[in-house]
This record gives sequence, C-alpha cells and structure tokens, in this order.
Amino acid sequence: MTRNHDGQDDALDHRASPRVAIASAVASSGAYHTVVLGIALALLVATFIAAICLGSTSIPLGTVFGALTGQPASGNPDFDIITAIRLPRAITACLAGAALGVAGLQMQTLMRNPLADPFVLGITSGASLGVALVVLASGSAIGSFLTGGMGLGGGFAIVIASTLGGLCVLAPTLAIASRLQNPSTVLIFGLMTGYAVSAFVTLLVAGAAPDQLQRWIAWGFGSFSAVTWNELQIFGPVVVLGLVVAAVTIKQLNALLLGENYARSMGLNTTAMRILTMAAASLLAGAVTAYCGPIGFLGIAVPHVARSLLKSSDHRVLVPAAIVLGALTALLAQLVALLPGQFGVLPLNAVTALIGAPIVAFVILRSRKGIFVG
Amino acid sequence: MTPALKTHDLAVGYGRQPAVLSHINLAVAPGEMVCLLGVNGIGKSTLMRTLARMQPALGGSVEIDGRDISRMNQGELARKVAVVLTERVAIGAMPAYGLVALGRYPHTGWAGQLSDADRDIVAEAIAAVGAQHLAQRDINELSDGERQRILIARALAQRPAVLLLDEPSAFLDVSARVEIMAMLRRLAREQQVAVVLSSHDLELSLRTADTLWLVDRAGAMHVGAPEDLLADGSVAGVFSGPEVVFSTLERSFKIRGHGAVRAFVTGPGEQADLARSVLEREGLLVVAAEEGAELRIVVATSGWEGSGAHGGGRGSSFAELALFARRQAQGSHDV
Repeated sequence: MTRNHDGQDDALDHRASPRVAIASAVASSGAYHTVVLGIALALLVATFIAAICLGSTSIPLGTVFGALTGQPASGNPDFDIITAIRLPRAITACLAGAALGVAGLQMQTLMRNPLADPFVLGITSGASLGVALVVLASGSAIGSFLTGGMGLGGGFAIVIASTLGGLCVLAPTLAIASRLQNPSTVLIFGLMTGYAVSAFVTLLVAGAAPDQLQRWIAWGFGSFSAVTWNELQIFGPVVVLGLVVAAVTIKQLNALLLGENYARSMGLNTTAMRILTMAAASLLAGAVTAYCGPIGFLGIAVPHVARSLLKSSDHRVLVPAAIVLGALTALLAQLVALLPGQFGVLPLNAVTALIGAPIVAFVILRSRKGIFVG
Repeated sequence: MTPALKTHDLAVGYGRQPAVLSHINLAVAPGEMVCLLGVNGIGKSTLMRTLARMQPALGGSVEIDGRDISRMNQGELARKVAVVLTERVAIGAMPAYGLVALGRYPHTGWAGQLSDADRDIVAEAIAAVGAQHLAQRDINELSDGERQRILIARALAQRPAVLLLDEPSAFLDVSARVEIMAMLRRLAREQQVAVVLSSHDLELSLRTADTLWLVDRAGAMHVGAPEDLLADGSVAGVFSGPEVVFSTLERSFKIRGHGAVRAFVTGPGEQADLARSVLEREGLLVVAAEEGAELRIVVATSGWEGSGAHGGGRGSSFAELALFARRQAQGSHDV
C-alpha cells in the first residue's frame, strides 16, 4: 500500500496540468448530457399534457391544468374523462415506455448485443404464454382481466405468470449466450425460442370461443387504455421496482460494457448480476405485456435513440435517458394511435413498429463499424 | 522483499483432464517484469487465467501479497490483481477517460461515484501510459496501439499489486509492440507493480523482461533472467525447430542450414556479416575456418567475388550473391 502511495504522490507533482485539462473536458460532456436530458424531460411533460388534451374529444388546456392541479370537479364532464381515462392512460404509457426502454437497455448491455430487446429475446412471447395459461386455467374469459374483471389478486397472478413466462424463455437463451460468443447465433436462438413459444400460445388460444379469440387478438394489438387506477396499483409499483433495480445496478451495468471477463476481474459477481438483470427485465417486460399486450420495438429503439442523442454508453446517463425517452416515445405512439379521432384507434403495435423499425434500420445502417458494437 | 505473486506447487488445467502444467513454483517481486514464453498450446493462457483466478487451480495455490487468492472475495482480488485480456473491447461510445475510470470499480461505493482521489488516480494512470492527448477521444477511434495503452491505463487505475497481461502486443504493429513492452517495463519500476505477461514475441521478451518463465515442449518451467536461459541453452532448445534454429548469440531465429555446402567469408566486418546472413538464408553452413570450406567468398566495399566447387562468380550486390549461393547449393544437390 505504501509503495502505491509514494508512486502516486510523485506522479501528482509532475503531472498536475493534464489532470486539470482532462477534468474540464469531462465536465463539458457532463453539461451536454444535462442539456439533452433536460430537453427530453421538457418534451415529455409537454407530450404528457398533449396526451391528456387530445383524444376522441379535445379538452382545453385550462381544464387539463385545472384537473391536474386538483381543482374541484364542479360538474365539468371533462374532469371525469381526464381522471377516469386520460390520466391513467397517459401514466400507463409513461410507465410502459420507461419499462420497455430500460428492459431493452439491460438486455443490450447484458448480451453486448445492440439488437437484443425483450421482444427479440422472447421475453414478450414467454410473458404472453404466462398470461394465456393463467387466463385459461382460471376459467375466466380470455382478456377479461383487461376490463378489471379479475380484481387485484388476479392482477398479481397475471404479473407473476407473465414474469415467470418471460424468465423461462430468457434463461435458456442467456445460458447459451454465456457459452457461445457469437452474438448472431444467440439472437437467432432467442428469436426461434420466441416463435416456438408464440406458436404454443396460438395453439392454446385456438380452441377458445370466437369472442374470446377476438379479445385475445385485440390484446395482441397492444393498448395503454385498458389500465385503470385499480390496475395501476399493481402495474405502477411493479414497474418502479424494475426501474429501481436498473438504477441501483448502474455501476455494474457499466462494468459489463467491457465484457464479463473484465467485469469479473474488477470484482463484479457476474452470475448474480446476470440473474438480477434477467429478473428485472422479465419483470418490466412481463408487467407491460400483461397489462398492455406484447408491444414491440420500443425496447430495441429507445436505447439506441438514447445512445445516439447522448453520444455515450455510460449507464449513468443511459438509464435516466431510457426512462425519459421511453416514456416520451410511448406517449407519442399513443397520440399517433389516436389520430383517426372518432373513427377509432390504430393498433398500438402497428404504431410502435412504424416508429421503431425505421429508427432501428437507421441506427444499423449508420453504424460504420457494424451492428455488433454495443 | 515479500514477493507480490507467489505460487506453491501449482497445477493448472481443465476439469478432470490431466493438468496442463504442474508443480509450478514461481515468485515475482514488486517492480519486476516477467515474460511467460512457450510454444502455442502449451498452457500459457491456462496459467495466466489461473493466476487471475479466472479459472480454479487444479492443485497447489497462488498467493498475492502473501494471501491465498482462493480465500479472497471478488472485491479483494480485484484490488490486488488487474488484467489486460486479448478479447476485443467493443463499446458503442465511450471516451478513453471513461474506460480508464471503470478501473476504479473495486474502489468506489455502490453508485460508482468517483472521489477527487479516484479522479487523481485515473488521470495519473492516463499520464503514466502517455495518453493524455487521447483522454477525450472515443475508444472506437483509437488505433490498436492507442487502445492497448488505454486498457493498460484502466488496469493501472485499479491500483493492483500484480498486473497480468495476456499477449499484450499480439495485434500491434512492430513499433507499437516495442513501445508497449518498453512502457510496461517502465511502469513496473515506477509503480512498483509486479508485471506478468505472456508473449509470442521471443526476441522482444528477451530484451525487455527481468525474468523469463519459459515452458519447454515437455511442459517443464524454466525460470531465470533471459541471459541465464540463453546461456544454458533452454531458449534455443524450446524454440529451434526443423526449419529454424534459435541463435543464442544473435538472440534471433535463423533458417536452419542443411550444411550441404560449407562457406567461408572474408572481408571488412559489416560487409562480411551481411554476406554471411545472405548465405545462411540460402541454407549454406557458414564456417569460421577456411579449411574444408567448399565455397569461399571475398567481400569488399565495391562488391564480392566467390569461388566454389561449382564454378566462380562475382557481383556488386547481395542479391547477386544470393543467386550465386543458390546455384552453388543447387549444384551440390544435383551431384
């Protein structure tokens, strides 16, 4: 220890100026990150308010602010629309977007693969299987939980089933990933597992009655509208729990950027980290799938947008950015889905694919050094 | 001085298979630079991985600063041993500074926040590898040599007692290779860290290492200063093959002469040396005595003149000498 100290002091005397130069340059990149995150946050707030104003009927801003700041309802029917429908829907969109963005970021870092996300790796399919099994086993109509028919207990069962379903699909893929270094092999294995599980779900659901089948298909379109304040009591805390796991493992996620061998050499228990991250990503994606349907592309696109806007792979900025940009993207998708106005809504999944696919394609085409540079 | 790294009757290998290397007893002092040499597949990487506890020892023990590494937790080990691996580091966007700062991982709290002292150590590590000008560059924009410097700085920022490097010069061009090895030697001394690296670059290792760990083709470990292992013939024994011979005197490989034609060279020193290397490359046996030589070459500053069993010749360039020597060797084969 003493020898390190002496060496350090020596070097400090000789090399004071470069440290100052380095420190000031680091501070400037920190300021850039703060500005970008600040703008994203402001956009999020504006979009949140827009999501409450806009819908089948437009509500004036004044009324929205009134309702949000807790003014007495005073018989205004718009207040009911806001509190019963639009506010929970907007909050659900924010939570789901943040959850998928962070789950995608966790998967991309854990697998060191920029194309990894909960959907590609089959977490979403596994979660669908969990949902299908619980719904079928409980004897209730498929999709009845969407209308709150199962109550809080049923809601928990669905979240647990979808999380476990996601984990069951993710675990073999990650086990293979730890043995095979080839990222494309792992991705294709994940995709195939997801397809197989989806096929199994289709078989399960195929025997259902036509009206149940239709509701299952509607659930498959994806929607933020089915979550009421009741469901938010489960959905909210579950998503926050998953996000907290991501937030407290930022240091570990950064170590994983160097690969598992380097991470272990710096003192990270990679096995525990792998399991914890898998569980958190499955919980996040599982909860979203249970309540909003299998939503694609947010998980893969949001981390890429975050990385390219912030020009950084540092999770200290990427985790907050994935939360804010995920919520923002989900709200925007929700707004786009409402575009037909009185003529109904667009399937959310179609909207996220239309937003996400070009982003992913752009990111892949733009990266000069190939897509497998996380 | 207590050794920074010490092994007791260490055996390394995989699972139930027989040990790749066994009965290894080694010690490295702080500030010492060790090169691990041996032919491919003999177990160099296995030994390096075992020293870093990236795989368990099959027998015996590894001690760092007097403590058995198998009894350390992951964090303690990370504060004693840092590694530079051959695997590619692929990160989307990160300044070199950020990568070096990751080296503070085992010393920071749960949030990974750098203190002023941590920042000083990071800056010092960057300065120690002479990479101040690279600190803000994205690691994807760096050359292989520059990236290797940054990875070494990351390992230094970990403030280890032992620095283990697996073939640190493998992907580098010649000048970067020499630079990195010279730098590692200086760092070992300056930071009083024990540096152990595996290498394929025999000639460079012989010139830079304090100590060689030389694994021979039978899996036995020879330990000593490069000159000791040169003197006792271990180096030549390990690295000479059917096509090349390792010359102890010149510390370099030579194409093995088949000795069909003995050649004798006279002339001014440097010119004669160059002529000898031409003849050796052509597979002739250069002898020190004129007696018994089939080929006699006289070199002067203006050119050379040769006479042999298959006729004589003269020329002004070494290329012509090579052609002449080839004809002489060829002729002796035809007979």
